[in-house]
Amino acid sequence: MLDNYLPILVLVAIAFAFAAGSVVFSRLVGQKKPSVVKLAPYECGMPLFGTARDRFSIKFYIIAMLFIVFDIEVVFLYPWSVMFKRLGMFGFAEMGVFIVILFVGYVYVWKKGALEWE
Amino acid sequence: MEIMYFYLLAAVAVASGFMVVTCKSPVNNAIALMMTFVCLANFYVMLDAPFMAAIQIMVYAGAILMLIIFTIMLLNLGTAVARKGSHSVVWATVLALLIAMQGYFVINRGEVSGITGEITGEMVKKVGHTELIAKSLFTDFLLPFEIASILLLVAIVGAVIIAKKEV
Repeated sequence: MLDNYLPILVLVAIAFAFAAGSVVFSRLVGQKKPSVVKLAPYECGMPLFGTARDRFSIKFYIIAMLFIVFDIEVVFLYPWSVMFKRLGMFGFAEMGVFIVILFVGYVYVWKKGALEWE
Repeated sequence: MEIMYFYLLAAVAVASGFMVVTCKSPVNNAIALMMTFVCLANFYVMLDAPFMAAIQIMVYAGAILMLIIFTIMLLNLGTAVARKGSHSVVWATVLALLIAMQGYFVINRGEVSGITGEITGEMVKKVGHTELIAKSLFTDFLLPFEIASILLLVAIVGAVIIAKKEV
């Protein structure tokens, strides 16, 4: 059972080793000649304006909120798909009702213009 | 091997949980919280509960943590949160120690090992955790499942109304 998850563990180990290795290796072999420009925070080569701790628009929040709601909808699809063949038409219908109710919410969001980024 | 992995994971979980409450920067707290969530997902996998692990990653480490980070961004706490709060540390420590002792004694006396009912650990291993959840969710608990969609609908409408309010 747990053997199935071994590839994921290997993947995580490689990812961790690569990330840690890059930092450690560049620290070991890289030259260190710091200057003011080099030590400044890098943002696509542009000079920084202002701090990152600025107030962000509420639009981000509404997108996050909608993401959570539809994420939870997707979570319900997992057990449903596992049992899909055995539940048959009945299962298809109940998931249909579930999705239609949430589709109402989707249409509401769309009509309300909450997805628009004006 | 598995027990070694468990102890490693438990150490990381406790350490990152500790970092959640001690780190000064809110964003670091959030990252530490994500580490805790990932460790919990690992525990769920080890307990033969892959569906719980998937939820833990998708909903908690994915969605809820993102919402926490967005909240940090929106509130614009800045760096002025270094104020030290010490008024409840003693009581929190006492309470945490009491709960830990209680857990230790209950587990030591072996009272948590008795599983009653038809769903046992062997059955979960044989039938599958996701299948068992699906079976009860889509047959016995059909109405609560459909009500959950209405609850989500209310959440959508509420979020849009609050965020779209004209100031």
